[in-house]
Amino acid sequence: MAEAHPVGFQWVVEAKKRGATVIHVDPRFTRTSALADLHVPIRAGSDIVFLGALINHVLSNDLDFRDYVVAYTNAAAIIDERYQDTEDLDGLFSGFDPETGHYDPASWHYAPPPGEREKPGEPEAEDDPSAKGYEAKHSHEMAVSDTHGSGGPPVDYKPMRDETLQHPKCVFQILKRHFARYTPEMVEEVCGVSPEAFRKVADALAANSGRERTAAFCYAVGWTQHSTGAQMIRTASILQLLLGNIGRPGGGILALRGHASIQGASDVPTLFNLLPGYLPMPNANLHHDLDSFVAGQEGKAGFWGNVRTYAVSLLKSWWGDAATADNDYCWDYLPRLTGDHSTYTSVKLMIDGGCKGYFLVGQNPAVGSANGKMQRMGLANLDWLVVRDMQLIESATFWKDGPEIDTGELETDQIGTEVFFMPAASHVEKAGSFTQTQRMLQWRDKAIAPPGDAMSDLEFYFLLGKRIKEKLAGQANGPADEMDRPILDLTWDYPLDEDGEIDAQAVLREMNGTGPGGAALSSYTQLKADGSTRCGVWIYCGVYADEVNQARRRKPHWEQDQTAAEWGWAWPANRRILYNRASAAPDGTPWSERKKLVWWDAEAGRWTGRDVPDFIADRPPDYVPPEGAKGPDAIAGTDPFIMQTDGKGWLFVPTGLADGPLPTHFEPAESPFHNPLYAQQSNPVSKWISDESNPLNPNYSEVYPYVYTTYRLTEHHTAGAMSRTLPYLTELQPEPFCEVSPRLAAERGLTHGDWVTIVTARTAIEARVLVTERLRSLRVGDRWIEQVGLPYHWGPNGLVPGDSPNDLVGVTMDPNVYIQDKVGTCDIRPGRRPRGPALVAYVDAYRRRAGLGTVHVPGRINGTEVDPVPEEEGQ
Amino acid sequence: MTLTDRLTDRLGGIWDPRSLFGPLDDVQSDAGYAEDHPPRMGFFTDTSICIGCKACEVACKEWNMVPDDGFVLTGMSYDNTQGLGASTWRHVAFIEKPVDVPVPAGSGPASTGVDLGMPSLGVPQVDDQEAPSGEGGMRWLMSSDVCKHCTHAGCLDNCPTGALFRTEFGTVVVQPDVCNGCGYCVPSCPYGVIDVREGDGRAWKCTLCYDRLKADETPMCAKACPTQSIQFGELDELRERAQARVEELHEKGVEVARLYGADPDDGVGGDGAFFLLLDEPEVYGLPPDPVVTTRDLGSIWKHVGAAAGALAAIGIASFVGGRR
Repeated sequence: MAEAHPVGFQWVVEAKKRGATVIHVDPRFTRTSALADLHVPIRAGSDIVFLGALINHVLSNDLDFRDYVVAYTNAAAIIDERYQDTEDLDGLFSGFDPETGHYDPASWHYAPPPGEREKPGEPEAEDDPSAKGYEAKHSHEMAVSDTHGSGGPPVDYKPMRDETLQHPKCVFQILKRHFARYTPEMVEEVCGVSPEAFRKVADALAANSGRERTAAFCYAVGWTQHSTGAQMIRTASILQLLLGNIGRPGGGILALRGHASIQGASDVPTLFNLLPGYLPMPNANLHHDLDSFVAGQEGKAGFWGNVRTYAVSLLKSWWGDAATADNDYCWDYLPRLTGDHSTYTSVKLMIDGGCKGYFLVGQNPAVGSANGKMQRMGLANLDWLVVRDMQLIESATFWKDGPEIDTGELETDQIGTEVFFMPAASHVEKAGSFTQTQRMLQWRDKAIAPPGDAMSDLEFYFLLGKRIKEKLAGQANGPADEMDRPILDLTWDYPLDEDGEIDAQAVLREMNGTGPGGAALSSYTQLKADGSTRCGVWIYCGVYADEVNQARRRKPHWEQDQTAAEWGWAWPANRRILYNRASAAPDGTPWSERKKLVWWDAEAGRWTGRDVPDFIADRPPDYVPPEGAKGPDAIAGTDPFIMQTDGKGWLFVPTGLADGPLPTHFEPAESPFHNPLYAQQSNPVSKWISDESNPLNPNYSEVYPYVYTTYRLTEHHTAGAMSRTLPYLTELQPEPFCEVSPRLAAERGLTHGDWVTIVTARTAIEARVLVTERLRSLRVGDRWIEQVGLPYHWGPNGLVPGDSPNDLVGVTMDPNVYIQDKVGTCDIRPGRRPRGPALVAYVDAYRRRAGLGTVHVPGRINGTEVDPVPEEEGQ
Repeated sequence: MTLTDRLTDRLGGIWDPRSLFGPLDDVQSDAGYAEDHPPRMGFFTDTSICIGCKACEVACKEWNMVPDDGFVLTGMSYDNTQGLGASTWRHVAFIEKPVDVPVPAGSGPASTGVDLGMPSLGVPQVDDQEAPSGEGGMRWLMSSDVCKHCTHAGCLDNCPTGALFRTEFGTVVVQPDVCNGCGYCVPSCPYGVIDVREGDGRAWKCTLCYDRLKADETPMCAKACPTQSIQFGELDELRERAQARVEELHEKGVEVARLYGADPDDGVGGDGAFFLLLDEPEVYGLPPDPVVTTRDLGSIWKHVGAAAGALAAIGIASFVGGRR
């Protein structure tokens, strides 16, 4: 965190000054470790074992916050009797289809209440898109599990509960059995963490959780970049729920984002499978009209039950007066998903010729995305490419100076891609908001005008939209084509600021939404499904309350209380801690004086406290919803998790995840180790991009014996366009380097400060090597684990060019969110890499020795492994 | 009264030994400022909460328009600007110190010989027989170094052009339009801070953001520091704050915490920019016992005066003798 988020880390330092214990778990010793009370080095990719053992420790020693767990989580819920755990199936859950490589999650659901299953219903036809089975089968392809961000997937009924937690099929007992094999000994074997270090972490966590104390988890996005990434975060969530650390001050799990507004980028969003406010992107086969779109969610318990309200207000915001009840509020204008259109799949589509044009906006995939060669091969096969950036990044110049030009794999005059480079304004040259990890919007004003032709993204898209609209409207032969209506009818009438550019605050106001009279709304509870309200992002409703840009508030924290509610604005409804009803006991009184945040004021008949209560303001703690209640009316007085259809925090996820209801350790897609927990080696439903540029190293290979992991340095920003082009930042970390332990250096004959070559089945790169004990050799039984640390900021352009470590990384993805596994295996040797075509031959020689052959075949297809055939060493 | 004594008297205390060495309560008055000068301002750099982000280095360069210092991967941990100089006015040192622990028998030495605590300049030594695995853990010390703005500043005392001067805030600043690049100041600094810039010829160093101080603004490095490791303020108050912080750390069991440059009785009369360190000063590349290079200037001049007087007397005597 100090490494990638030094500004945010000031609060960790502040907490430490006040007595907090800071623990850092990371393969490398970083600037965070330097300030931490305890640094625990760990093998990259083994996180679920470490966290799972903490869960086991909590459950085995009755260290959970039992009152919280029983009342606020689904620990008491009874799961379907057909459910089978990884304990029963050696690493698989029930419902796995080896043919498709997908799960059918039906058996993970809550056990139906008596009579529910026997309900007569129409038998579902296999290919009927309206059938539930169809959705389960196809949701995997559309990353639907990622679209429940704000609401969670719906469950059909509230579960039967056993509040004694003794029922063998209740979540609590399933959890106990599932994590029983995650022991400190297993941690030592898999993670390379000693039982003593593990014990220290476990004790510190337990001692700092409960009624009087809370503990927080902070992670940077590297934690998600694994083939089991979503489940790693889930493991932390389970732990935090068991310890009662969610919805309470000082608790939580904080995702420290990779850029200033990545949270905003998923809220608004820039993701292929989401509409603003975490509404799912409609599916071409399932969602023929608004009714079928909302059918799955509407009327279910919780605030997600109001989904029609949010959807209609969004459609009204985009298409204004053109959207009417008669035309389903222009529902048909929305684009539809036909499958997975995530970033890596799109790259594969480019290579195969199915994607012809591409916009890169502040993104440099030729350096910043996994498997740089695959990225460049894709870009080289486009008809046109628009790059908006502040610098001439590698993704804009790959056609003349990319690594494949040097090796001869690409030739400049054979590349047909027409590249349009559009200079972009920097953050100080434009106004707008950043949304950070606490969901807080903070406004920044424009300090200076951008130089030359540079302009903000907002202005660029505003002008682009205007021109496209003009072109479509002004067609010579008669009236505009009906096909162009979705663009022609878009509301695009924004006021201009004093510089003649689109006024960013007007866009924020549009996101906030307006009522029938055109005045800004102040809360999403004002939204209506009858078309009388407009709202661009329902969760942002209130950011422009009282016609004031609430995100621009800058009252210093020393002039207000600890919540600091008048600094910026946090969605939803300026709540600073989500689900804060959980900070009070079921009866509405605070769990403790020390940790009080929100409580029930019986006299006033309202929830009150130091934060905006994340609950229905006047719903008493003893409220029990009547039979058949829907939406928010179905939330009981003791259901803090108001966006979930059962109001509870999910220890066990009965529906919505592609790879199982509980986190399970699988080895990374490339690993030198056998999975000691199950016969199943790697995530059985992870997604691998099948392309000759994306071969996988075989597991347990002596040719690629070491683990690599990529990471950031404080001095540079992601793919480096904003830092390695600036002398003041370049001089601080002037060259690409890798980091290895003294033990590995001795094993491979690497000399501190000299050049080394790092090889995977994708390619080989060179860098200088720092030999340092900050990269620790981890002892596992009689074996050592060695890890190669790769800061990934460099590329062929910039003040000090170098090879890009992401060229080494293969693309195997988490099945829920399609993020790549940034951990893999490699070899490392002294000296510089070969130049030109010799590089390809060098990498091919490695592949042959690893049994992959010269044809770039994958090491594994759908979990079936190709046995490595190690050959004699020596080149 | 000897001639030199009379000279000393005549020159109004310029050679007053207190101006060259020892505690000095009011450095600005000593430099000739009127009584109502502003308080002496300084830095307290608390390295125990430095996270090595180098924001101070960059902010300093941005504000003061200091050029880059070359792109050199040094291999000295994450320190690639190497030290203070003409083009690096704030410098963050990174010191990697493996922690020795008892190692199970037969697993070889955990450390490589006797650790002198000196920052490593080259290749960490690796035992040929069995390489260390780092199982003992690490300390990674980070510290942002800066010009000390000494009470007795050798650079200022030795500057022949008056380019270096004491400001009303008690800080020491070079005037680039006066500096003639003679370089006398460079060896005069007991910390090796001030330096002459290649290709420019003039001497440069931290000004404690004199221009910002005049506008009642915080110096850039302190402003940019995210963890308040660099604290700016009135020197007297900073010394009290620092003392309290050391005591707090001692109470928490961090007995290695100590102040550096906070003592008015030290060899430079105390620093205007002082530090809380977590190890010996040498570990951070700081001299353990700095002494202002002009400490003996008074006595040197006295001796010079005496010698000159003697020479003059001999000359006069020779004339007198010649007449005889």
